[in-house]
Amino acid sequence: MGLMEGLDNSVVTGRLDSALGWARKFSLFNLPFVTACCGMEYMSVQGAHYDMDRFGAAFPRFSPRQSDLLMVVGTISLKMAPVLVKVYQQMCEPKWVVSFGVCTISGGFYDNYCTLMGIDRVIPVDMYIPGCPPRPEMVLDGLQKLQEKIQRSPHPLTSGERHRDSPDSSHRA
Amino acid sequence: MKPIPQEPPRDHMFLNMGPSHPAMHGIIKIQLELDGETIVGSQVEIGYLHRGFEKTCENRTYTQVIPYTDRLNYVSPLINEVGFCLAVEKLFGLNVTRRCQYIRVLMSEISRITDHLTCIGASAMELGAVSAFLYLIKARETLYDLIEEVSGARVMPNYIRVGGLKSDLPEGFEERTRLAMGEVRSVLDETHRLLTRNRIFVDRLSGLGVISAEDAVSHGFTGPCLRSTGIGYDVRQAEPYLVYDRLDFDVPVGETGDNYDRYLVRMEEMKQSLRIIEQCLAQMPQGPYQVDLDGREMTPSEVIEGMKAKPPLQPIRQARIRLSPDLEGTEKRSVQDVVADDKTVVFPPKEDTYGNIEGLMQHFKLVMYGHGIRPPRGEVYQAVEGGNGELGFYLVSDGTDLPYRLRCRGPCFHLMSGLSTMIEGETVADVVPTFGSINMIGGELDR
Amino acid sequence: MSSSPTPELLDKLAERLGSHLLRRDAFRGEATVVVAPQAWLETCRFLKEDPELAFGLLVDLTVVDLQALGGSPRFELVAHLYSIRKRHRIRLKTPVPEDQAQVPSLTPLWKNANWLEREAWDMFGVRFLGHPELRRILLYPEFEGHPLRRDYPLRKRQPLVAERDVEEPRSMVSEPVRYPVDPRFKTFGV
Repeated sequence: MGLMEGLDNSVVTGRLDSALGWARKFSLFNLPFVTACCGMEYMSVQGAHYDMDRFGAAFPRFSPRQSDLLMVVGTISLKMAPVLVKVYQQMCEPKWVVSFGVCTISGGFYDNYCTLMGIDRVIPVDMYIPGCPPRPEMVLDGLQKLQEKIQRSPHPLTSGERHRDSPDSSHRA
Repeated sequence: MKPIPQEPPRDHMFLNMGPSHPAMHGIIKIQLELDGETIVGSQVEIGYLHRGFEKTCENRTYTQVIPYTDRLNYVSPLINEVGFCLAVEKLFGLNVTRRCQYIRVLMSEISRITDHLTCIGASAMELGAVSAFLYLIKARETLYDLIEEVSGARVMPNYIRVGGLKSDLPEGFEERTRLAMGEVRSVLDETHRLLTRNRIFVDRLSGLGVISAEDAVSHGFTGPCLRSTGIGYDVRQAEPYLVYDRLDFDVPVGETGDNYDRYLVRMEEMKQSLRIIEQCLAQMPQGPYQVDLDGREMTPSEVIEGMKAKPPLQPIRQARIRLSPDLEGTEKRSVQDVVADDKTVVFPPKEDTYGNIEGLMQHFKLVMYGHGIRPPRGEVYQAVEGGNGELGFYLVSDGTDLPYRLRCRGPCFHLMSGLSTMIEGETVADVVPTFGSINMIGGELDR
Repeated sequence: MSSSPTPELLDKLAERLGSHLLRRDAFRGEATVVVAPQAWLETCRFLKEDPELAFGLLVDLTVVDLQALGGSPRFELVAHLYSIRKRHRIRLKTPVPEDQAQVPSLTPLWKNANWLEREAWDMFGVRFLGHPELRRILLYPEFEGHPLRRDYPLRKRQPLVAERDVEEPRSMVSEPVRYPVDPRFKTFGV
C-alpha cells in the first residue's frame, strides 16, 4: 500500500523517490564478508589510494543487523555457504549484495568438490564485479553502478513496492 | 589444549568467535569456553576456505598449477610461485641462470614486505589504530605498482615459470624500486613512531599470546612466530636456495614469544628485506633469464622461436575423436556456453584442436612455445622461507605432464594448531591481537 | 647443497631398524627411508630422541595414493622431519594397505601431528590408532568419502545448502547494462 495512492507516478512521488534513492545510495554501510585473496583488493579500496569513503561506503559494519550492503569477497566453499545464507537472512531490508571477484560470481577456477560455484546459487545478487582479483578501479565502477541501481529502485513509501525478498514483492528471490 | 567438554560446568559459557568475524580473517571459528572473561578451553575449527588445491593440481599441467600456487599465501604470492618452480626444477635437476635467481630473490623479498605490511596493518587496525593501517596500505600500494610493472597484475602476478620467468624486468625498474624502497622505509619509520612505544599498543600486546620454545617446536612453528621464541631457524640461512648464500642479511630473533616480540620481529624483517633488495639490485648480472629443458641458457629470441626444433606436424584428419580423461573440462559442451566468440582470444574446444586444422592452428598460435613439461619420475621436497615460515612443496611425479601428487606444507596450518595453547588463560579481548600476530592466511591454512 | 643426514647417521638408523627397514633412497640430495608399519612410532621416536639425529620438528605428514600407478599397497604415509640443531632433513615413508588402513598415531611425540593426522584422515581415510579425536578438519562432518583418493571424482559436490529455486537468469539484474563499444575494436560476430 503506497502512502500516496492517488498520486501514482506523479512528479511528487518521482521527486520523493529520487531523494530517498539519493540518501540511500550515499550512505551505504557495507558488511565485508571477506574470505580470500580478494580481501587484499578490498583493503586497497578501503585505503587512501582508492578511497571508498568518497562514495559514502566507507564504514564497514561487521554485524549483519547494522549493515545494508553485503560484499561477499573471496571464494565461498560449501562449508561456508550456510554461514553466508544465515548472515544474509540476518540483514534487514533494504539490502543489496555485491559479488566481488570471480570466485563469488561463478566459482572462479576452483571447479571442484568443495567450492560453491557462485553465490547466486544461494542468495540473490545485485552487482557482479569480475576479476581475480578485480582492480580497485573496477570495484569503484561496480559500486557506482550499484549506486545508480539503488537510485532507480522504488521505495516502499511511494510506490507500494516492497523490497525483493519480501513475500509480497513482485521480484521474488 | 583442553578440549571442550560436551557437558559444560554450570558457570562456564560457550562463545563462538564465528566464521564471519570482523577481525579481517573471516574464515576461522574459535569456540571458546569462558569462565567470565577468561578462556578456560578453546577449539579452533578451520576448513572454511578449503578450495581443493591439491586435488585440482593433479589435473593441471605444471605451468597451469602456477596461478593456483599464487593463491595459497595471497599476500606474498611470488614466494609460493618460487617455491613450486624450485620444486619442479629440483626434479629435473635444473639450475636456472644467475640473473633469474637474483630476480626471483628480489621479487620474493618484495612479497615478504607486502606480507608483513598487511599483517601489521591489519593487527593495528583491529586494535583501533586505523591510521597505522592506512599508512601501511599506502606503502603496500607502491610495491603493488612495482609488481604490476613486472608482471601485469597487482595481487596475483603469475610471474615465475619453470626454468625461468615470464619475462625480464622492464626498463628503469631499478630506479623505481629504489624510490619505492625509500617510500617503504619512511612509512616504517612513521609506524615505529606511532606504534612501537605506544603505551596502549605495548600494553595490549606484550606478555600475551606467549608460547614457549619447546611448545613452538612441538607444534611445528616456523618463521617469525618461532623466531620470536628465541630459536633462529630461517630456511634462507639454514638451507640457502637461489642466491641467499651470496647476500648479507640478519635474521631477527625475539626472546619471550609473546605478541609484541612477533611484531618487532616482523618490523625488523622488513628492514632486512629492504637490505636484501638493495644488494640484489647492486649485484644483479645482465644476461639470459631462461633455460631450456637441457639446462642450456636461452636468449630471448630463442625463447620465442623455441618451436623450431620440434618435428613437423602430422596431417590431421577430420574425424570423430575420443578425448582422454585428463582433458575433462575442455570439451565442447563445457566450453561453448562460457567463452566469448572471439577467435583471437579463446582456446578452441579440444574436439576442434584435434579434429580440424583451424582449431589446431588457433591453439598453436595461442600457445607459442611448448607445453606439457614432463619431469622424470621421482619425488622431491622443496622448502622456501615464506612470510609465515617454512613453505614446502612435496611433489611426486610419474613422468607425465601432470603432477601425480602436489602437497603444499603451509606454515599457517601448524601455527593455528598452536593457537589454543597461546590463548589459554587469557581474556576474550586478547584473542584478537594474538590471532592477528600469527598472520593467518586462509589460502595457506586450508589450501 | 644436500640436506640429507650423513651416511654414518643413516647407517646407524638402518642398524637400529634391522629388518623393519624396507628401502633406502637418495634422490637429488634427499634421503628417504621406508619402514614397515609396525615400526612407525618407534622409528619416529628414535629419530626424535637420539642426540645425533635430533629430528625435533615434524615438518609435514601426508599420504600418497598410488592407485593410479598400480602401486600396492595402495597408500603411502609420508612424513618429513627436520632437525633445527643439525640442519638435516629426512623423509620417512611407510606403506599402508587399503583394507587395513591404520597406523599408530604420532601425537605422543609432536603436537602438530594431531591436526596433520586429522587432515590425512579427512582427505584419504587413513586411521591413526591412539589419536585423541580423529574427525574431519578441512571438510564438514556431513561430507561422505575421502576426496583426495584417486577414485573420488574431482567435481562431485555434496552441498549443505539447497540451491535457490529460480528460473534462469538467476540474478536480480532486471535490465542488462549496455556498454558503448569502441568501434576500433574488431570482433568476430558478437
